[in-house]
Amino acid sequence: MTDMTHPLPYASWETRGWWEGCGRNEIVLQRCRSCGTVQHKPRALCAKCLTDTLEHFVGSGRGTVHTFTVTHQNLVPPFRDHLPYVLAYVELDEGPRVLTNIVGCDPTAVHIGQEVVADYATSERDDGEAFAVPRFRPA
Amino acid sequence: MTFSGAVSVAGVYEHPTRWSPDKTEFQIMAESAKGALDDAGLTIADVDALFAASMTMGAMGIVELAEYLDLKPTYLDGTNIGGSSFVAHVSHAAAAIHAGMCEVALVLYGSTAASSATAIGTGMGGERRDPGASFTSPFGMTTVGSYALVAQLHQQRFGTTSEQLAEIAVTMRHHASLNPMAKMRLPITVDDVLASRVISEPLHLLDCCIISDGGGAVVVTSTERARDLPKTPVLLLGCGESVAHQEIGAPDLLTTAARQSAPRAFSMAGVSHDDVDLCMVYDSFTITVLATLENLGFCAIGEGGAFVGDGRIRLGGALPVNPDGGGLSSNHPGMRGIFLVIEAARQLRGECGPRQVDGAEIACVHGTGGTLGVAHSGATLILGADR
Repeated sequence: MTDMTHPLPYASWETRGWWEGCGRNEIVLQRCRSCGTVQHKPRALCAKCLTDTLEHFVGSGRGTVHTFTVTHQNLVPPFRDHLPYVLAYVELDEGPRVLTNIVGCDPTAVHIGQEVVADYATSERDDGEAFAVPRFRPA
Repeated sequence: MTFSGAVSVAGVYEHPTRWSPDKTEFQIMAESAKGALDDAGLTIADVDALFAASMTMGAMGIVELAEYLDLKPTYLDGTNIGGSSFVAHVSHAAAAIHAGMCEVALVLYGSTAASSATAIGTGMGGERRDPGASFTSPFGMTTVGSYALVAQLHQQRFGTTSEQLAEIAVTMRHHASLNPMAKMRLPITVDDVLASRVISEPLHLLDCCIISDGGGAVVVTSTERARDLPKTPVLLLGCGESVAHQEIGAPDLLTTAARQSAPRAFSMAGVSHDDVDLCMVYDSFTITVLATLENLGFCAIGEGGAFVGDGRIRLGGALPVNPDGGGLSSNHPGMRGIFLVIEAARQLRGECGPRQVDGAEIACVHGTGGTLGVAHSGATLILGADR
């Protein structure tokens, strides 16, 4: 699992703050300066109050496993060559839940409520930009 | 105040095919349309509203389907909210009919998911050059995996067991054994389910629906008109729709869309859960049935494991679920919502022979579309026999 080359993410101008943060090994979230909502996935507007008074901030990169599944069958590359792997929702300390993989431990050691920290898989894109996929590992 | 009871299902047809490499989607839809119109005592010339969705219809697919059927409907609805679409189509049709915008609505589905080797469960999650999909596609989420996330959380929080989930699959297979059209009719045991290979923990192969070809059609018209037609009208008493997802401040994965759509449907229908004689619940996976019954309000969140035991959801039990065998054993051509409506209508008309729910007068139908663990739609109907 740790050596998996993940499919590349594609960013829009709305989501590039997140992906550029991942490239710097940071979890970047949005906070609304009008209503205080912390939101993910990133958007141009605050989904709660529809104002554009958003600011980006660097989160802690820490969270807990909300739920997970050890995946034993996936027919498509690259995943079919890295079975079994752990798909999970991690609830970040700042609130949002992110879909991710848990790495850095045996799949049988993963449990709900486990404290985890971000672990980035970096790959080069053909345009030279570094893109990183945020997985999590036991804290 | 509402249109409860003003609109009815007047005809239904389930295409018998489970494997049709020699048919197209539109062909299966057209054959189903003929079947449902014959059932209703109507012809294609009576149809003035068309509703459909499918696995492959594009943005203007509903227009192409109207062309294929040589229809010029006054009302078109190609809403695609996943497998629940057809349940929603019935309520959309009812609202349009009640508003006087059309009179006879045809709801269609057709699919060759099996014969065209569409690997829905674990074969659809590769790289996608799409910024929206980039929050899921790098991580290898499968359709099965999305539902497994819900099952794992349910098991951890409430002690729900894999045996309890397996009981749902065993029950659906028993029902399918009574349905001559069902694809998988050989009875299975809880041990068989637990011994089948794990696809995505804690879901085993036999916790997952089958993949088949298939299709169906539903004819909707005013109750007034339906009463002049040959079959007993099946009244639309209540309806509701919703979406659930994991965005900002959302409740966790155990709160599904049914939690929001069901109270509207029950309230509109003016019936209570005790009045319901059978449920038709989208059974993409065993956990889908358990979570849906909880969120529809038939038991508390967390009590689903005990609720589905002791034969309660089996024919002859207090709340038979999916007497046709469901997607787990009868058919699952990619999007299954239309069969929920078809079987409910046939049960309420008392036409189901050895799998008939005795004295069925009220049915609760709930379709789930999308992926339970990420974002999904829900559509609920309360249907009643017009006696």
